[in-house]
Amino acid sequence: MAEIAAVHPAQTTAAAADTLADPDAYVQVDADGIAHLHMLVENLHCGKCVQAIEGALQPQPAVTHARVNMTTRRLELRWRSIAASAGDLLAPVAALGYRLVPFNPAVLESKAADQDRMLLRCLAVSGFASANVMLLSVSVWAGAFSDDMGPATRDFLHWISALIALPAVVYAGRPFFASAAAVLRRGATNMDVPISLAVLLASGMSLQQTIVSGPHAYFEASVMLLFFLLIGRYLDRRARSRARDAAEQLMLLGAVAATVVEPDGQRRARPVGAVRPGMVVAVAPGDRLPVDGRVRAGQSTVDTSLVTGETMPLSVGPGTDVFAGTLNLDAPLEVMVTAAGEGTLLAEIVRLIEAAAQGRDRYVRLADRFSRIYAPAVHLLAAGAFAGWLLLGGLAWQPALMIAVAVLIITCPCALGLAVPVVQVVASGRLMRRGVLVKAADGLERLADADMVVFDKTGTLTVGRPELTNRNQVSDEDLAAAASIAAGSRHPLARALCRAAGPTPLLDGVRETPGMGLAAPVAGGEARLGNAAWCEIVETDEVAGGSELWLRRPGVAPVRFAFADRLRDDAGSVVEALRARGLTIELLSGDRAPVVAAVAETLGIERWSAACRPADKVARLEALAREGRRVLMVGDGLNDAPALAAAHASMSPAEAADVSRTAADFVFQGRRLAPILETLDLSRRTRRLVLENFALALGYNVIAVPIALAGLVTPLIAAVAMSSSSLIVIVNAMRLRRGGAVPATGDGE
Amino acid sequence: MTGLFYLIPAALFLGLLGLAAFLWSLRSGQYDDLDGAAHRILFDDDKPPDGPRPG
Repeated sequence: MAEIAAVHPAQTTAAAADTLADPDAYVQVDADGIAHLHMLVENLHCGKCVQAIEGALQPQPAVTHARVNMTTRRLELRWRSIAASAGDLLAPVAALGYRLVPFNPAVLESKAADQDRMLLRCLAVSGFASANVMLLSVSVWAGAFSDDMGPATRDFLHWISALIALPAVVYAGRPFFASAAAVLRRGATNMDVPISLAVLLASGMSLQQTIVSGPHAYFEASVMLLFFLLIGRYLDRRARSRARDAAEQLMLLGAVAATVVEPDGQRRARPVGAVRPGMVVAVAPGDRLPVDGRVRAGQSTVDTSLVTGETMPLSVGPGTDVFAGTLNLDAPLEVMVTAAGEGTLLAEIVRLIEAAAQGRDRYVRLADRFSRIYAPAVHLLAAGAFAGWLLLGGLAWQPALMIAVAVLIITCPCALGLAVPVVQVVASGRLMRRGVLVKAADGLERLADADMVVFDKTGTLTVGRPELTNRNQVSDEDLAAAASIAAGSRHPLARALCRAAGPTPLLDGVRETPGMGLAAPVAGGEARLGNAAWCEIVETDEVAGGSELWLRRPGVAPVRFAFADRLRDDAGSVVEALRARGLTIELLSGDRAPVVAAVAETLGIERWSAACRPADKVARLEALAREGRRVLMVGDGLNDAPALAAAHASMSPAEAADVSRTAADFVFQGRRLAPILETLDLSRRTRRLVLENFALALGYNVIAVPIALAGLVTPLIAAVAMSSSSLIVIVNAMRLRRGGAVPATGDGE
Repeated sequence: MTGLFYLIPAALFLGLLGLAAFLWSLRSGQYDDLDGAAHRILFDDDKPPDGPRPG
């Protein structure tokens, strides 16, 4: 999987022609005869790809619009529908090697994207308003200090402030008012209730003060409160929508077409959803199987590592059961469908993921836990101030309400609303630069709690592909001879051989017999490279079935090449470092027991289980959760995906199956495991900073609330206190950008 | 103080201008593809692209 995904399109041209799913079903023609088509470009890597795709489409006369969005990897194409068909237009792009998946934008245009924009517009309006109102307020305060501003000028400035602030509050306050109203209707309360109250009361009281030409107008406090809170809300929202995008990509991948062989022998691309049991599907070498089924014709090997965790590819022939999501390696297969859509192993795994993820949904974020206590406390305090001054202090209701409003403004969780999002954005940005993508908005919080790490073996602790192990027993000449035969094959063992040999020219006339091996004419007969039976060798020892190749040449003794999956370079040091941090390590693998035992022993892992099915892994994680363990699951396979969703926190390498990457909270790049350590350490620092920020915000309240209760807060003090506490929280979060680099994990960077 | 009568409207007008420009850029989708924009500046429009090169 890893190397196939990493191959740049230009190098996979041969397979490209069959990978373009039939797009006609997704074309929409509007009233002007312009056809619209949206596609996901699966293997879009860089700006050059954007240029190449647009360059292949835009010069065509029928095309009116062709634009690739690099962030979402989506291509939008418009053309005059009578002038060309979608297939003809896209053929040059497919010939460049890009895999295009058409989709229906209506399915994806969620309300969430509109809400993101609405939030940004609110942010802009409140930013504009707070800048201008602040400008006027500073004049008023300066006038109040120097005593040479007349009440007429002050009222004039107050009126202009009201003119700017009131429409801005109505417009930019909607996200808070709507949320507060919704939660109040349900008879509950959240942070948005005191926020809405503070903003509305502050604006209302200020308007009243302006009308009676009083000095206490809090316009700048109400708009600035909105501005700061909207910043926090927007940052939080963006973190979540990034997680949403990842899930959408998966929905798109579910739309990949299957090539159905009709009874009359014709081949037609159909959406996977339209494939029914009993149909026959053709699978080209290098493609993933779209359905579960039984092989009807063809002899090939399939790579099941992502589904079962088994490293070595399996030989399949007529009668063998094969599963959706496995990769066909050698030769074309025709598969009789036994289950499709909801009935496939893949769908079963997705259901397991959904069930497993429910547990995680119950996790309550730190900020929310905090506000559950904080919001009622604020209400009580403000109400107490009002009642106290009215009944005990002997004030009229207006000044008493004024004090209550001041308490609300002072206690308003401006800094609290910023404390978590700012820290998370800084942490995500730092991890992003180190090649770790934070997918779940609350992933860092959950990771910081972890006290146990459960690893998958194949593709996670190991590289996930076979490597030549007996290099020193094989002469250079034999290796070069074998590699020259193997150079054209896609079989994992052949590719491992070529990697070990370096660049080797391909011998002429090599033919491949799927499931057996390769043969090439050489001087004096035929050279064969393949399994023992293919090379007519009576097997002397059974070495982990299939993980060997033999080379047989006329007149030369046969040469044996042995292969094994290799541990990642820093697997040992990372496991050691995790243990040093006090975490328990466990290994859960779908592979066979002897292989798993060997890996566990090498790494010194005492707790391991082998031959785990996806449901077994979930069951194990749930058992651990019942013991009170908070587990970080690290895995890459399709079979790990439900476990990734069930774990308290989860990470996947970037070359993992799409489903697993979607289920994981973090995706890390590179061939090393060190990012796990780094992410864990950063998540702990992040949690410490969030708690510090809470403490700062609370500390400021401890000082400011008594002043407010005493009725001594003026608009100036409210504004200064509020913005300074927000700035302190932001500055504290920025500390995460510097220092605290993760110590090297033994073998360094 | 009479200066205020034209200075304040002038300040507000400039501020509104900036707000309008931002809302326009948001509406016209200029924030939809921030990664792509960073690369597009480097495209050479004069030369027809001759296929992708690994970047």
